[in-house]
Amino acid sequence: MTNHDHSHVAQTHDSGHGHKMPFWKKYIFSVDHKTIGVQYAVTSLIFLFFGFGLVSLMRWQLAYPGQPLPLIGGWFSDTAMIGGIMLPEFYNQLGAMHGTIMIFLGVVPLSVGAFGNYVLPLQIGAPDMAFPKLNMMSYWLYFIGGILMLASFFVPGGAAQSGWTSYPPLSVIASGGQTWWLIGMVFLINSSLLGSVNFITTVVQLRTKGMSFFRLPFFVWAQFVTSFLLLLAFPPLMAAGVLQLSDRLLGSSFFMPSGLVVNGAVSAVAGGGNAVLWQHLFWFLAHPEVYVLILPAMGIVSEVMACNTRKPLYGYKALVYSSIFLGFMSFIVWAHHMYLTGMGTTMSTFFQITTMIISIPSVVILTTLILSLWGASIRFTVPMMFALAFLPMFGIGGLTGLPLGLNAADIHLHDTYYVIGHFHYVVAPGTIFALFAGIYHWFPKVTGRKMNEALGKIHFYFSLIFMNGVFLPMLIMGLAGVSRRLYDPTQYAHALPTQPLNVFISISAWCLGLAQIPFIINFFGSIFKGKKVDDNPWQATTLEWSTPTPPPHGNFLKEPVVYRGPYEYSTPGQKHDFWPQSMKENN
Amino acid sequence: MPYYGWWLPANFSTHGAAIDRLIVVIHIFMAVLFIGWFTFFVYLLFRFRQRPGQTAQHHVHHFKLPTYLEVGVLVFEVILLVAFSFPIWNLYRQQPLDESKAMHVRVIAEQFAWNVQYPGRDRQFGRRDPKLVTPENPIGLDKDDPLAKDDITTINQLHVPVHTPVIVDLSSKDVIHSFSLPIMRVKQDVIPGQSIKVWFEATGVCDSEITCAQLCGLGHYRMKGYLTVETKEKFDSWYAEQEKEKAAS
Amino acid sequence: MSAEIHYISEPHPVSGVTNSKLGVWLFLASEVMLFGGLFSAYILLRTGVTDWPRGHEVLNVPLATLNTVILITSSVTMVMSWASLELKKFSKFRLYMTITILLAIAFLVVKGFEYAHKFDHHHFPSTSNFYAIYFVITGLHGLHVIGGIIVNAYLLLPGSKMWKTNPEQFTGRVEAAGLYWHFVDLVWIFLFPALYLL
Repeated sequence: MTNHDHSHVAQTHDSGHGHKMPFWKKYIFSVDHKTIGVQYAVTSLIFLFFGFGLVSLMRWQLAYPGQPLPLIGGWFSDTAMIGGIMLPEFYNQLGAMHGTIMIFLGVVPLSVGAFGNYVLPLQIGAPDMAFPKLNMMSYWLYFIGGILMLASFFVPGGAAQSGWTSYPPLSVIASGGQTWWLIGMVFLINSSLLGSVNFITTVVQLRTKGMSFFRLPFFVWAQFVTSFLLLLAFPPLMAAGVLQLSDRLLGSSFFMPSGLVVNGAVSAVAGGGNAVLWQHLFWFLAHPEVYVLILPAMGIVSEVMACNTRKPLYGYKALVYSSIFLGFMSFIVWAHHMYLTGMGTTMSTFFQITTMIISIPSVVILTTLILSLWGASIRFTVPMMFALAFLPMFGIGGLTGLPLGLNAADIHLHDTYYVIGHFHYVVAPGTIFALFAGIYHWFPKVTGRKMNEALGKIHFYFSLIFMNGVFLPMLIMGLAGVSRRLYDPTQYAHALPTQPLNVFISISAWCLGLAQIPFIINFFGSIFKGKKVDDNPWQATTLEWSTPTPPPHGNFLKEPVVYRGPYEYSTPGQKHDFWPQSMKENN
Repeated sequence: MPYYGWWLPANFSTHGAAIDRLIVVIHIFMAVLFIGWFTFFVYLLFRFRQRPGQTAQHHVHHFKLPTYLEVGVLVFEVILLVAFSFPIWNLYRQQPLDESKAMHVRVIAEQFAWNVQYPGRDRQFGRRDPKLVTPENPIGLDKDDPLAKDDITTINQLHVPVHTPVIVDLSSKDVIHSFSLPIMRVKQDVIPGQSIKVWFEATGVCDSEITCAQLCGLGHYRMKGYLTVETKEKFDSWYAEQEKEKAAS
Repeated sequence: MSAEIHYISEPHPVSGVTNSKLGVWLFLASEVMLFGGLFSAYILLRTGVTDWPRGHEVLNVPLATLNTVILITSSVTMVMSWASLELKKFSKFRLYMTITILLAIAFLVVKGFEYAHKFDHHHFPSTSNFYAIYFVITGLHGLHVIGGIIVNAYLLLPGSKMWKTNPEQFTGRVEAAGLYWHFVDLVWIFLFPALYLL
């Protein structure tokens, strides 16, 4: 079938869909989901590297507090560094913006905006998203939001510096960058709102003939559930953002209690507000956000694993039900981030129980994925290696969540490096590895060329080693009780013994940065010089591999019809070990 | 550094041992689960690697094991909740103390210091008013209030007697802080506009730190106080000294 | 090649709705969460303090009642404009749509008087949390009204060209805009007692 398709490729490339579009319409203000997906991918990868750059600067201060930053220290203005020595204000800006950029401008846009946009319509056999113009708007809102966030570094007082969580009253009395942060978030929230409306409508309405809900690849399910989380969890943050903007700009006191004394002067605001209100609204978003980060990653891992084990997934329906259950439960666990705000015993008991319950579907998903290896014939391709590494890394991330979810253990571990280690294990070697798997896996569909295996393996092994070099010591520091967000950890006696670990982490982090060089070379090099491949180089079953490469506007040469589930690998009686969803007869 | 290292800090509180036990139990459970799981994972990768003669099976083998595993994890989590977390939290947050035996102290956090207010011999705190805050009177103590006459205030110095329950009444002047005593296993967010109580009882004499665990601004990293646990006699003489100093000024 | 997106004008056989209708419903679900978040904040702030003013003592209830009537009427005319399209009466659609827009503008004008009156008496969001929540929720609602006016004006003027080329899709658009408009109306129905009466 793949050969058959090729005869049409040349034709579609030339004549396209009838008329030639100008450059700006085809590549910049495009309404094609694939172009938008690539735009998201490129933008979010740039933000990911930028966010990583911010934390590399912080790591210098943490490893060698008060020492001038070598080489590039002189490039920064006096409001950031004096003689190359970082100021605490700048450290706090870096911290807040690292979190914001990595989550809202890096990982989510890459996993949902890029992979969701590019792959989802292809996998369900749709010609495009349901609302192509909204899709374009969604990207540009994201882009503006990102620019506002970046620009905030240059406003007087610098960027937001109250953590990515922006707890008031600190964030309300903070300098100007916080306002930019809030406005930037409003853009990002609206962007993801439009995106999620689009995704859900597309999945419900535009599945091709025969593509029933239980024939959807798990990736689509993951994106579908994620979209509901984005749709329903983000608006309360929008509400909170509007309230905080009002506190900052209109002088209201939603989050400002009475009788504050700031810098020795009684605060002029009316008071009567509630500082914890923000935390409730914020975490009502930010806990589902965790699953927004992890579900698409699980989707990618499932696709890559099914294809490279050459067999169906173990318990497809268990995966689907677990992810729906995860999505649902993620709305009622938010206050486990707030055990130490002085909440009552009843409330903390409730949130402990829901937190323990939510661990079960995660265990089911992980078990299902590992048992998918049983009876397989595992191809150790680069995407497969990243996908496999996801499993133990996410496992550590999930397990370390357990002591944090129990409020008694949380008394000691709350707001320490243990928390940082925990959630980075989930999102960095977890989600980001899955995203790398996705990039290596779908690159041939986007470009018609494969990424280099050798460079990919170098990238993989070094990333794996250094990721653990960065995050494993953080768990030890957390157990020792070292608080997070400390500009100079050597100030505290209890943090001093772990200072060598800080040096070790920093060196690992910088090496992790270097380990991305083979990836960057591979990524750009392969666009032009990669090995040319046919339409279905991995011999996969799902619909995106039955289109020409790269897929033309409108995706499919003729509307595909789906005859079977997504993972018919090694079906007995078949000539090949894969049986594409849209292939009618035996092959 | 006898108290601190690469593992949990030394514990000097009556309730801390239970927290430590919970943390150790969870970590043993995590280690067992992870090592077992990881070994199985590596075994699968080796056994089912692609090689000549290895073909994938379309038929999905259904195992009982994952169900047992999931139920096992669930049961263990219930045990963690019921046997550890609930009782410890109750002890930490709610244990009705014999208040007459306890020592009361107020800690008022600000950017970036811990103000401590002792109620004095009348065991009652003097009135505070934010309007009265001056550099000399950082907590805004109303000097005209008769209850405030014998109150002692210190900055970043929390002295407590050993083997005595201490009830700390936490409040903040400006932003959210978090009052953390690592070796006492005490951590509590300090929320402006609220007053939150925590308590602990020291089991031994020690010199240690108060840290701020919640980002509170550019000086968050140096918002450090000192916790001194001393014998009843030493504490009393320290307290008398403070009273003398107050009278002198 | 099939570059065409389905179910733009005809409903999906299983879900029973067009894309735009489903999209609007989803959008409204998210709007419910937005206003739900604000109302939760309102409840939490109000129950957190002892001295919360009673709405009817400090706000202008007659003006707000007038506005309630205006909005409900505009919802009715919105339905009429859509129904006119279903009956293939385009000129009636224009009439009802124009009335809907004018009523929406009237709502904003009344609201403007109410705001001006408050400012004259030096009541700002910084005055107290009561005024803060009043201005923020009604302000955000006002932005939704403006959004509705823009959408409706588009459908009345440049967007109505579609009536000639694709009447079915155009009717669907008006219906979707109507759903949104009823939601804006509904928010006000919750707002009015919560802020002005209680």
